[in-house]
Amino acid sequence: MSKLGVLFRTTAVRLSALYLILFSLCAAFLVFYVTGMSERLLQQQTRDAVTAEVTQIEQVYTRAGINGLLRSLERRARQPGANLYVIAGPSGEILAGNVASLEPGLLDREGWTEKPFAYQRYTDESRKDSHVALAHVLMLDNGLRILVGRDLQEPQKFRALVRQALMVALGIMGLGALIIWFAIGRNALKRIDRMSEASTKIMAGDLSQRLPTSGSGDEFDRLSESLNAMLGRIEKLNEGLRQVSDNIAHDLKTPLTRLRNKAEAALARKGTSQRGALEEIIGESDQLIRTFNALLMISRVEAGSAAAEMSEVDLSQIVSDCVELYEPVAEDVGLRLEADVAPGMVISGNRELVGQALGNLLDNAIKYAEGGADPLIKVSLGRRDGKVVLSVADHGPGVPEDKREEVVKRFVRLDESRSKPGTGLGLSLVEAVMEMHHGALNLAATDPEGGDNGKGLTVHMVFPASAT
Amino acid sequence: MVTRMKILIIEDDIEAAAYLAKAFREAGIVCDHASDGESGLFMASENSYDVLVVDRMLPRRDGLSVITELRGKGIHTPVLILSALGQVDDRVTGLRAGGDDYLPKPYAFNELLARVEVLGRRKGAPDQDMVYRVGDLELDRLSHSVRRQGKEIPLQPREFRLLEYLMKNAGQVVTRTMLLENVWDYHFDPQTNVIDVHVSRLRSKIEKDFDLPLLRTVRGAGYMIKDDRTASA
Repeated sequence: MSKLGVLFRTTAVRLSALYLILFSLCAAFLVFYVTGMSERLLQQQTRDAVTAEVTQIEQVYTRAGINGLLRSLERRARQPGANLYVIAGPSGEILAGNVASLEPGLLDREGWTEKPFAYQRYTDESRKDSHVALAHVLMLDNGLRILVGRDLQEPQKFRALVRQALMVALGIMGLGALIIWFAIGRNALKRIDRMSEASTKIMAGDLSQRLPTSGSGDEFDRLSESLNAMLGRIEKLNEGLRQVSDNIAHDLKTPLTRLRNKAEAALARKGTSQRGALEEIIGESDQLIRTFNALLMISRVEAGSAAAEMSEVDLSQIVSDCVELYEPVAEDVGLRLEADVAPGMVISGNRELVGQALGNLLDNAIKYAEGGADPLIKVSLGRRDGKVVLSVADHGPGVPEDKREEVVKRFVRLDESRSKPGTGLGLSLVEAVMEMHHGALNLAATDPEGGDNGKGLTVHMVFPASAT
Repeated sequence: MVTRMKILIIEDDIEAAAYLAKAFREAGIVCDHASDGESGLFMASENSYDVLVVDRMLPRRDGLSVITELRGKGIHTPVLILSALGQVDDRVTGLRAGGDDYLPKPYAFNELLARVEVLGRRKGAPDQDMVYRVGDLELDRLSHSVRRQGKEIPLQPREFRLLEYLMKNAGQVVTRTMLLENVWDYHFDPQTNVIDVHVSRLRSKIEKDFDLPLLRTVRGAGYMIKDDRTASA
């Protein structure tokens, strides 16, 4: 494909061509209109001049008779740039005047000649010079005919001049437009080329590449920016995926090894003790399945496939249900679960996932706050700054400030918590669920002034403003 | 009168199906097997089963369309959907297509067995009893009251629903997941033994002042409420 062909296929150039055609049509109309108008104006002037002269000649004739008329015409005809004067006999033969020949039959009708006519003038240079003129014919009572006319060469020259000037101006404009469009089209093409170059690199696997932006904030920049935002999201998802597979390899090897060891030990045993070992193995694999389920759920939620099942849900009801569900468990380990739930908090969400997320938080709080500074776990739901905030606050050891971002990641567990059962995926799921609900997950200390073992952890699930 | 339950498993994984069939037979359930959607649909239409266990992804006709087709023919055999897609929305689409219960893979066989037995029982007796009785324990669904040996036992609303579900399925194992689904109406993984704690509270209320235990823990499966005397009689 030739370079020009490519250029013509760009939208900018195509549109420009269309505009050029429309513009040319308008300009052509303008040329004809302007020249036509000026011609009419000049013709009118010619007529006026001729009419004035005819009136004068009539007056001369009335005052001074035929001789006076002849003298007057003779004088007028000699003036430089004179009009046309013809005196003809009743049969049309030219008797006097400054015209050599006329179109025949022109003198037969009194009044204005209908059309401009051709004639030849007496000149020293050439007799062949044919001119065009407009004339008025006057019939005298003695049968003589007098023609007064005015050459149209000048108006015609003027018209041609105007037309030529307009044509030249239009030509220059068209050429200029073409050059500008060519430049714009090329510029657009170059930028698009740069964008496709960058996307080729990205396709080749370098997801950290970004499309170039010029910083002018024009359409191309906006396109690049939104594509870059998309790339950012893809990179994040991809990174998450890689992280998951890495962590799966690392963190699932341990329980699998344990499983295998137990199976080996069971093989060595005999009788009823084998049954116990098998039960342990089943328990171990259940834990593994649970981990896989949690992983799957997180990636599904992150991929947004669960977003289809969003509906208006009563968050207050979910919170009450969950608190009621977990309350006896908390009590069993000597903790107190207290709820401060504002009624009627309706959000757009997925009931099961919000329930699961809150369940994870309550489970964490119960697991880690056991033996903390204060046995109270407080769940509160209310509106803050127009947003719906669900918080779970415990008074356990909490999470050090520099680790708070870390613990949300998959499989990350603080050393102190490794002894407790768990998958290390609880907060990751909560975060994914919050992201799906266009909300945020914030971790803070319940009591920042508390001692080393009593700062506590407050987890805020911040939902965007509810519909009501 | 002991009629054995008869079920049909529609599952394309031959090995998994053979394992299931063997395990069901050991549990006293008669079991047929179809390995694709079309033959499953044919068998389910021609024979009378108590429960159908249908895998979602099947060759020749997918599980959901088998169910829709059966329902269209006016066959209302309870269906339990098995699926590798264990997500909330999949459950919703499965139940919407006419399934009665949904179990994501991988599952414990005890969980499947308990659900199949509950589904099979449901078919015979429409749930119209206003009063459930197990031994000397009596639950009145209208007045929301529970009595044992004529003595009123006060229960929290949730404890009442828990006991109601257990007694509705008296003599059958109900799993923890089934309790969470049917009593709390949630399908998520509660991570801890929340259900056990609720059950043990209920147990202490209905058994504390009485000699005979009714609510039993079935190891590796779940719970069952049953009057041992009537069972042995």
